[in-house]
Amino acid sequence: MPEKLRERIEELKRLARAAEDKPAALGMDIDLARFGEQPPGYDYREALQHISELDPEEMARTGVRVDARERAGSFVQIDDTVVHASALEEGIEVMGTREALETYEWLWDYYWKAVPVDMDKYTAAVELHPFDGYFIHALPGARIIYPLQACMYLRSPRYIQRLHNLIVVEEGAELHIITGCASEHEIESALHAGVSEFYVKRNAKLTFTMVHNWHPNMYVRPRSGILVEEGATFINNYICMEPVLYLQTYPTARLRGEGAVARFNSMMVASPGSVMDVGSRVILEAPGTRAEVISRAVTRAGEIIARGQIAGKAPGIKAHLECHGLILDKGGRIYAIPELDGGDPDVDMSHEAAVGKIAQEEVEYLMARGLSEEEATSAIVRGFLNVRIEGLPPQLEREIQRLMEESESKAL
Amino acid sequence: MLEIKGLKVEVEGREILHGVDLSIDCGQTHVLFGMNGSGKTTLLMAIMGFPRYRVTAGSIRFKGQDLAGLSVDERARLGIGMMFQRPPTVRGIKLMQMARLIPAREERDINVLAGELNLADFLERDINHGFSGGEIKRSELLQLLVQDPNLVLLDEPESGVDMENMQVIGEYIRSLLQKDRRRTRDHCGLIITHTGYILDHVEADVGHVMCDGRLVCSGNPREMLEDIRENGFEECSRCVR
Repeated sequence: MPEKLRERIEELKRLARAAEDKPAALGMDIDLARFGEQPPGYDYREALQHISELDPEEMARTGVRVDARERAGSFVQIDDTVVHASALEEGIEVMGTREALETYEWLWDYYWKAVPVDMDKYTAAVELHPFDGYFIHALPGARIIYPLQACMYLRSPRYIQRLHNLIVVEEGAELHIITGCASEHEIESALHAGVSEFYVKRNAKLTFTMVHNWHPNMYVRPRSGILVEEGATFINNYICMEPVLYLQTYPTARLRGEGAVARFNSMMVASPGSVMDVGSRVILEAPGTRAEVISRAVTRAGEIIARGQIAGKAPGIKAHLECHGLILDKGGRIYAIPELDGGDPDVDMSHEAAVGKIAQEEVEYLMARGLSEEEATSAIVRGFLNVRIEGLPPQLEREIQRLMEESESKAL
Repeated sequence: MLEIKGLKVEVEGREILHGVDLSIDCGQTHVLFGMNGSGKTTLLMAIMGFPRYRVTAGSIRFKGQDLAGLSVDERARLGIGMMFQRPPTVRGIKLMQMARLIPAREERDINVLAGELNLADFLERDINHGFSGGEIKRSELLQLLVQDPNLVLLDEPESGVDMENMQVIGEYIRSLLQKDRRRTRDHCGLIITHTGYILDHVEADVGHVMCDGRLVCSGNPREMLEDIRENGFEECSRCVR
């Protein structure tokens, strides 16, 4: 290992150690000492069908098809162990992050560059303990038609699942990723701390669709950073409709090159007792960049804090933020916090936020066609959650639609 | 088919209908004339059973059954359907999806129906979102044709509709009311009209004038319309037959 790299790794460890007790800027502080258990190891499986620890149905709900049909590749991690990684199309690489860092020295240039290692105790915990995660690499100019599927599964109780994902989409490449995070049914309290760093190079395009299927005892602290270069597009779709104890995440995209685009779509349903503090932040640093942040929050006596921030720092910027919330049951709370930060006279930024109950007039309209009140309400809530996601290939659009419908039918 | 007796209806604590009697036989089409605010829409809403329209006295019977206590959807499933004058926009629900959600008595090919109603391009749009007056009416008709109700309540089917659309709308209202069938007709209709243009397209059997929450006059709908065109509703309220 070259001296310079050794020094950098030491520096990262030093920074992480200094942040080991640093509470996150947002969300309830969690005492990490509570989660001391060590998960067992798991064998590597060549075929997805052989991963007996996961129920195929559970996998399907997170977007992972066991037959890998119409998929560009697959990645499955259980607890801390990579149990499967495969690429089925040319121009794409998939492997565990640790293996990737050993294989490619250049990858260290992307390591902790989009998320600060000392952001908080969760990022520090990922750096200071053995971890894994996925490295997904789309080679320059590669147009990957089918989505790549990844599943992060938490099986063991009372421990911290630490992940560090690195996604690099090279110049002119196009890649779609569907990733699901799920935990074992009835799992005792556990914590998921996942760092994801995305690099979308010049004129590249990345669509990242994430489905979270947690359980009511789970603490979840994802930490994501995205760097988008000139002419590149990043689309993030986030679906979380299952109960969770406390989720807090605030991914940040920086649009660093002229004409870069970022879109965030979040669809959330909070069950009674769940707290979801979910935001999306886009920093538009280059001229002519565009951003759209859309969130749809539905609560059934749970709490959702829907944050959104767009910061425009260069001329010719256009950005829009939209937070809509529906409170279905008493005891539910939606706290929408849209923020605009304009730093140039030539920016065009707007936001709209609305929180309320379901419109009785719409329910009655559907009832007049013969739908029961329950059917009408459910159809309206589903419609509310169905954000039209622009710029997806039809196959992926259908797949996301299917995932949404599955999540909705379970949550509502 | 429909039998209304002594119906009084309150909206937000204010009585709007002060005792309405109306009987529509199987196969008949009735039209309801009257000034704005006379209570025409309230009558339709009360028949459909919207909770805001509270029945304080009298009864509505449909197919021999008292509708009191039945919810809007129960009435719809019993065979009552309504064309709304100003239906709400429902974001996120596409017209196609809506048409498929409606409990249909007979399966209809929605694509074919939409083609005939010039709505093919609207099937994948959110219901009523950015629809013009004519488009709203055609979308309402599409939904009603799928539902196929025995009692069709039409609230100003001609409002906001241009001549060209009126032809199509008239044709499909006739189809809803089974105007091409005489002996086997088991549908009936109650149409609110302000202008009466709908009578150029759909034959009606009986006309009524509503004034201040009461049906003050009934008779031949064409003659009544001519009378109203000549003398206005002012005369109706003075006329005691």
